[in-house]
Amino acid sequence: MSSGRAVVVGASHAGVQLVTSLRREGWSGEIVLVGDESALPYQRPPLSKAYLAGKCSLKELAIRSEDFYVKQDVERVTASVQEIDRPTGELVLGTGDRLSYDALALCTGAHPRRLRAEGAELDGVHYLRQSSGVERIREDAIPGRNAVIVGGGYIGLETAASLRSLGLHVTVLEAADRVLERVTAPEVSAFFTRIHQEEGVDVRTNASVEALVGDTRVREVVLASGESVQADFVIVGIGIEPTTELAEAAGLVVDDGILIDAHARTSDPDIVAAGDCTSQDIPRYGRRIRLESVPSAVEQAKVAAATICGNDKEVAALPWFWSDQYDLKLQIAGLNTAYDDIVMSGDPTRDRDFTCYYLRKGEPIAADCVNRPRDFMTTKRMLTQGTAADMAALTAEVAV
Amino acid sequence: MAVVTFISHDGEQHEAPLEEGSSLMQVATNNAIPGIDADCGGEAACGTCHVIVDPACADKVGRSGPEEEEMLSMNPERQPTSRLSCQVKVCESWDGLTVQLPEFQM
Repeated sequence: MSSGRAVVVGASHAGVQLVTSLRREGWSGEIVLVGDESALPYQRPPLSKAYLAGKCSLKELAIRSEDFYVKQDVERVTASVQEIDRPTGELVLGTGDRLSYDALALCTGAHPRRLRAEGAELDGVHYLRQSSGVERIREDAIPGRNAVIVGGGYIGLETAASLRSLGLHVTVLEAADRVLERVTAPEVSAFFTRIHQEEGVDVRTNASVEALVGDTRVREVVLASGESVQADFVIVGIGIEPTTELAEAAGLVVDDGILIDAHARTSDPDIVAAGDCTSQDIPRYGRRIRLESVPSAVEQAKVAAATICGNDKEVAALPWFWSDQYDLKLQIAGLNTAYDDIVMSGDPTRDRDFTCYYLRKGEPIAADCVNRPRDFMTTKRMLTQGTAADMAALTAEVAV
Repeated sequence: MAVVTFISHDGEQHEAPLEEGSSLMQVATNNAIPGIDADCGGEAACGTCHVIVDPACADKVGRSGPEEEEMLSMNPERQPTSRLSCQVKVCESWDGLTVQLPEFQM
């Protein structure tokens, strides 16, 4: 099928790529992109970085210009979607209107996990996922104030770096015994802890939040240990959850994300999905994974568009990620799941550049590259092409 | 209106207006130029917006910076005038610029 009306629900990285790719794959009919934010779809990774630090405007973050949607004949609709009426092939919008579709793509993304603690609903407690949340943080981010960040993952650490650059006092509270515990080796966690400490951040681990205290506005954060930390405002960065209510209510299979196959089809083969809202079986890793990643969203969206147009594409790219903190550019190639060994190039206890290669049964499976773009590109290419022998030689060389 | 021409690996040509202050990557993505993936949105993190600048225009467009150089260095399609288009701020005075696209964006 390549005509009729294609509706894409969710106007962020996946949704915008999907409408772009639909035209490229030959969709000649109507394309409607439905999103619940009125701004031109914008890039999210810079929200915790350049946008929070005040280095760029929202307009500069537009994924595509206004003109793009006109030229590609894509209609943008600002509305929430209440329901998918599969039998009639219609969406029920928050406005009450019904919108029929001939092809449907769900790119509903993810939302921040809420902090479950007493006082979590006080004023001055922020979440970082949308531009509006960052704008509220920016109003509070006055130099000299005390910011407390709950969560020592990528978002928490990027936010800490941005707030330090604005001249705030920053405390990071991580419930686990090290930052980035879920995603990196202990050596890499220690590196990021050292850097943030050198930059003046108070990094506390094994620090579970017991309660937020204040009258109407948060004033302090009380930890399970009984300690308390003074807070002019709090930013919660404890992970995201896929936004799947719409898909679930429509009876699609959801397993920690809307389940899709290699062609980005949901359990209803007439509905595709892409981006942070999805989970899929990834043969490379032999398990079901929900990736939180722009490159993955873009890749899935390209495949989803091809599937809608009856063209044959499969999701096959190597997962990769990046994070910027201070002068550090971290680029991650592959997933390090179930690694049993690491090989380090450079000295993360002293330097500001190194690569940590992750191995499983002697075979390299991933790498964290800090200020080492060359290592990143080499690893990404080798893992993509499956030239494990070359990678083994590379890491063996490093290990000597 | 000043324009840039993107030439795909198989010789197909696509023109796009040069909007002062935009990056060459933005010019490409805003005009749906096939062959510029720009997965990271312009942070020089992915290397998927590689273009090869017409050598006659290379001086005015400028050469790659150190970080860009590292991203490009392992690329088998790398040419002396290769750039990551996200790192190129365009000028309207570049009317007539042509850039080649590689066969693969890695």
